[in-house]
Amino acid sequence: MTAFLIRRLLFAIVLVVFAASAALLLTRLAPGDLTSQLGPGATQAEIAATRARFALDRGPLAQWVSWAGRAATFDLGESFLYNRPVAPLVRSAALNTAALAIVALITATVLGLACGMVTGSRHDAFSALIRSASFISISIPPLLASLLLAFVAARTGWLPVGGMSSVNAGEMSWLTWLSDVAWHLPLPVLALALPLAATFERLQSQALAEAFQQPFVLAAVARGVPRTGLILRHAWRVSLRAICGVYGIAIGALLSGSFVVEYITAWPGLGRLMYEALRARDIYLVAGCAAMGSFFLAIGTLAGDLLLAVVDPRVREADAA
Amino acid sequence: MKRAGIALLVTVAFAALLAPYLAPNPPERRFQNLLYAPPTRIYVRQAGFRPPYIYEWRVVNRLERSFRESRVRPVPLRWFTDGRLVTAEPDNGAPLLLLGADAYGRDVFARVVYGSRLSLALAAIAAILALIVGAAIGAVAGYAGGRLDDLLSRVSEFVLVLPSMYVALALRAVMPLVLPASTVFILLALIFALFGWPTVARGVRAIIASERQREYTLAARAAGAGPVRVLRQLLPAARGYLTVQGSLLIPAFILAEATMSYVGLGFPNSTPTWGTMLQDAANVTLIVDAPWILAPAAGIFAVVLAVNLIVQGTGRGLVQLGK
Repeated sequence: MTAFLIRRLLFAIVLVVFAASAALLLTRLAPGDLTSQLGPGATQAEIAATRARFALDRGPLAQWVSWAGRAATFDLGESFLYNRPVAPLVRSAALNTAALAIVALITATVLGLACGMVTGSRHDAFSALIRSASFISISIPPLLASLLLAFVAARTGWLPVGGMSSVNAGEMSWLTWLSDVAWHLPLPVLALALPLAATFERLQSQALAEAFQQPFVLAAVARGVPRTGLILRHAWRVSLRAICGVYGIAIGALLSGSFVVEYITAWPGLGRLMYEALRARDIYLVAGCAAMGSFFLAIGTLAGDLLLAVVDPRVREADAA
Repeated sequence: MKRAGIALLVTVAFAALLAPYLAPNPPERRFQNLLYAPPTRIYVRQAGFRPPYIYEWRVVNRLERSFRESRVRPVPLRWFTDGRLVTAEPDNGAPLLLLGADAYGRDVFARVVYGSRLSLALAAIAAILALIVGAAIGAVAGYAGGRLDDLLSRVSEFVLVLPSMYVALALRAVMPLVLPASTVFILLALIFALFGWPTVARGVRAIIASERQREYTLAARAAGAGPVRVLRQLLPAARGYLTVQGSLLIPAFILAEATMSYVGLGFPNSTPTWGTMLQDAANVTLIVDAPWILAPAAGIFAVVLAVNLIVQGTGRGLVQLGK
């Protein structure tokens, strides 16, 4: 287990360093740089000074070396767009994205598990209804889901259409602020969670149906365990494995999907920040976002693998061997 | 299930192919007095039944984008004229707008059918590229085994881990932002293929690695066939797998194009694709007033649903969402 953790940790470090460096060099080698943001009225001296400030006057390699040296001490440089250090910017955006992704993951898991247990164990009108609802929402990816939900929200006025908090959020006490954020959460969360929940429902449904074929379930039936107890106590623990197996992929999909959801619903997360940074060629901000995003990814896949090991003893043994 | 999916996909493909025939108006044509006009209503009754006809939309309030029908003159629909299935009188200010008009007064239905051409063609070409590259790399890895196999497998695993949308975004964003549509097409196809090949390669590698153990491979080798010749015997075993993967990649790539164009990193806005059309929907108040600009979303939904129906029928995994 320790060897496994160390290996994964090393992989995480390599991933973060590689992603951030690649982002830095790509942005550097791209045509145009952040001085185009100064506007047409900028003088030669201003442009030269800005280039010097962001080390754009040095070679790409020299810039990477000096950036990497500082990044090792968690100094990620400065953002041109916001005129602030990159680290706190990235941190707050990452927290927003993490909040969105975690709530979406929990929603998707609870919803998907519950529906999957119904469709996997019964064959009636209710289960057929859930099945078709799931089949439709699996075909509505986050891009479409967030557009449709924004449309419904704007039309009915039930939920705020975008953003993470209201305009006057600065004057609120923290409790009202929290409820304000909670009010803004459902739209982006549902847009992210519904397709994922549908995927989970399908997996859980199949896995549960397969679990019912297992001899130990037959044994439980023979012992006289009632049907509900059978599902709740025996069958579903085995079937959990199917969902945990795709958790790693699900987290990657959440990260990818969160970009478009953040963009459409104006959620101030990592995806939006990275997009702005990329368009403005804000070089250190791009690198910072890439580092944070890949860190999330590494954590996510690790969490998925650990979860699988917790649920399924067979995986633990394979790693110990 | 499977049959319904195939029927749906064929319908979409035919609509794309027959776009000039199906669209009542050219997709670029701007009707200056019909900005955000609602879908034209088609009537068949007036003192008993009569051939379908429409009324002309008249602007009531330009600012509020409200329209009313001018009931004085029924405009009959004209069938099979000018090489179009059906049209009205676009030159007399009474075009047939099946799905309303967009911000420039262009026919949304015409743009959806024309847009499907580029969206589908891009997805199909990117999918074919991904299949070719993936099959080649997978076949080499599965056949060679050993170090080369390890290396190629690691590389494909690494690409699989990356959140494709972000990397695609980054790769596109570092190119000049304004490019002609044909350059964007090639660029996006290459970027999408870059993310499509690893899944294909992994599957093909597994198939080739197991086929390599079979007797016919041994026989081919014994007969003196070189690696290339043997691989040509082995690859047909992966045909079924490649078909399924290809059909899974297409909706994923359609979505990727839509996302890129939506955020302004795809095709230029004047080119109709499902993504550039959705860009108009970025303004929420506009969606409420003119919900028909969401029409391309229905096209995307149809393709994803069709592919899900097909792969559901074959018992394989569903479309990986968001990836």
